Amino acid sequence: MLNVFFFKATLACYFLGTAFFLFNLWDRKGERDSQGLSSWSQRLAIFVTGTGFISHTIALVLQLRVSGFVPLTNLHEAISFFSWAIVLAFFWVEIKYRISILGSFILPLAFLFLMSATALPNEIPSLDPTLGNIWLGIHTTLSVLGIVAFAIAFIAGIMYLLQERFLKSKQFSALYYKLPPLDLLDQWNKKSILLGFPLLTLGIISGAFRAQYSLGSFWAADNAKQVLTLGTWFFYLVVLHGRITIGWRAKKAANLAIIGFVAVLFIFVTLA
Amino acid sequence: MNIVLVGLSHRTAPVEIRERFSFPVEKMGDALYRLKSNPLIEEGIILSTCNRVEVCAVVKDTRAGLEAVKDFLIQSYSGVSRESLEPCFYMHTASNCLRHLFRVASSLDSMILGEPQILGQIKDAFDQGILHKTTGVILNKVFKKAISVAKRVRTETRIAESAVSVSYAAVELAKKIFGKLTEKSVLLIGAGEMAELAARHFKSSGVLSISFANRSYDRALELSKDLGGIPVKFEDFHVEMASSDIVLCSTGAPDYVIKSEEVSKVIGIRQNRPIFFIDISVPRNIDPKINDLDNVFLYDIDDLQISVETNIKLREKEALKAEGIITEEIERFARWFKSLDAVPMIVALKDRAEEIRIAELEKLSGRLGSLTKAQREALDGLTSAIVNKLLHSPLTVLKQEVHSTNGNMMLEATRRLFDLEEILARPEKEKKQDPEGPLT
Repeated sequence: MLNVFFFKATLACYFLGTAFFLFNLWDRKGERDSQGLSSWSQRLAIFVTGTGFISHTIALVLQLRVSGFVPLTNLHEAISFFSWAIVLAFFWVEIKYRISILGSFILPLAFLFLMSATALPNEIPSLDPTLGNIWLGIHTTLSVLGIVAFAIAFIAGIMYLLQERFLKSKQFSALYYKLPPLDLLDQWNKKSILLGFPLLTLGIISGAFRAQYSLGSFWAADNAKQVLTLGTWFFYLVVLHGRITIGWRAKKAANLAIIGFVAVLFIFVTLA
Repeated sequence: MNIVLVGLSHRTAPVEIRERFSFPVEKMGDALYRLKSNPLIEEGIILSTCNRVEVCAVVKDTRAGLEAVKDFLIQSYSGVSRESLEPCFYMHTASNCLRHLFRVASSLDSMILGEPQILGQIKDAFDQGILHKTTGVILNKVFKKAISVAKRVRTETRIAESAVSVSYAAVELAKKIFGKLTEKSVLLIGAGEMAELAARHFKSSGVLSISFANRSYDRALELSKDLGGIPVKFEDFHVEMASSDIVLCSTGAPDYVIKSEEVSKVIGIRQNRPIFFIDISVPRNIDPKINDLDNVFLYDIDDLQISVETNIKLREKEALKAEGIITEEIERFARWFKSLDAVPMIVALKDRAEEIRIAELEKLSGRLGSLTKAQREALDGLTSAIVNKLLHSPLTVLKQEVHSTNGNMMLEATRRLFDLEEILARPEKEKKQDPEGPLT
């Protein structure tokens, strides 16, 4: 099957991209982004990642044509879509801010997710275009996009804590020069959660509709996934509220973004 | 004919000697005139900065020329015996002279590696030489080259990058915390010289506002007028701190002016917005414990000094790359310099003419049809005669004039009129031998 070929090619590209991006973390060259200097490892990393992204897009389109109307029907596809969207987010940041160091954090995540997707069965169920299944597709797409936004907030949080550590300890490694300013990282954190929260909200609402059509009720208090998801939704609501009213920003916001994403990941992977 | 350089710098002479040697701009004309009046010296430029005085000259005879330039320098300064001055001088000739000049222009020989002023000073010295007509074909080319080499070093290496002064290091750190500084406010407490300098650096980085708090309100007023800011009463600086993102402290107080409890209150008011403290005072004026508070970053003079030293090491590493660039450029330049010698120029000119003659003959051979041997020889003879007659006069003049004062100009003119650049650049083997043998 052609989509399997492109999927494997993507996996290979993301692996190489991860390797080059990780090498770049320790490479002392091209550490001043502002000067427009980029080392060969950086350029190579961006090149293979770009190739992988194109191949991934083709694989997803082919998959879509096989499955027909619903883009995301099982966990394998959802995870693959997640890693596609997060790489897309990387290119968006790369073009807008020229901060390639983000790739050193995103690519390992994208690769690990895609790797884990290979371990999952990818049987495309022949779903009828019923209302319940249409809601399922919408629910999955919106939820995954929301999770991508939280993943970016998570990565911005990790980068924030690293950079904060460098500045506090006054130890300047090669990474210090490559990481963006704290203020920018905090902005990324804020914007990602501001984007992710409405996506999650819509994902939950569409999920409820799906449950109504397929299972017969909007809400089931004994369904662990639904309860935990709602818990996460409240968590991010509190985080946003705290940022706006009582100044949960900077280091605190970074920590909260990390905790939130770990919870989201747990639900996504174990209970989806 | 050779290019020589005699000088003294911070590496060889103490400041007491350097300061007396300096040539102020208004006296530069006289000095250059006096230098050029020596018949041994064909071209000359004087570079005079607070760290170095150097004379670069084109001389007829290397050894005599060096002595002449040295005498010129010693005569420019009467007061100390020749014996005590001699060890201060360094002398370079030919490619060593070029290397020295290129290194100076690229700021590899500066007291602060990579500092940008020296290039401007070289340009000024060159302009003075042009103004007073003491430069010629060679020094013009040499100095233009030195300037372009320095620019290349600047763009291709990171020698001029990152702060090597304490006050600028503070600005760089602030940028790592806040990104752009255009929305940020600075508070300056006290008025040490270094703090003032740092405030100026922040100002030129485009900060939103600077406030000045000083025990003497008059001084605060004065500073705010001088730098464009807001004066603050010393008692009020704690209040001001809550709205400042960067706090520079440099008072003469014997103990902590800013304490940990105050800062944790300030952070509460600021709703966790990060705040960057810079303590340039000795003894320290800010409790070092505040660095343990979240979203507070404190750097004292030693921390800044360490970051500066790291950057200096980086520059030293980059300097090695710069040396490579210079070596490359010298090789290229040496090829041009050699071409100013008469022999290769004459050979090249002959080669060029011969090449054209043969090429034109070959072009024509198709149209002429079959020729007898005699006819071909006649044609060959005719074209050779034309070329030789035409070249006779320029070659004779070149041979005669090459050692006169106009020699270099003549050679340079020949090179450009006949477009000999490419032929001169060819490796030795490819060139045809001069049938008349060496001329000198």
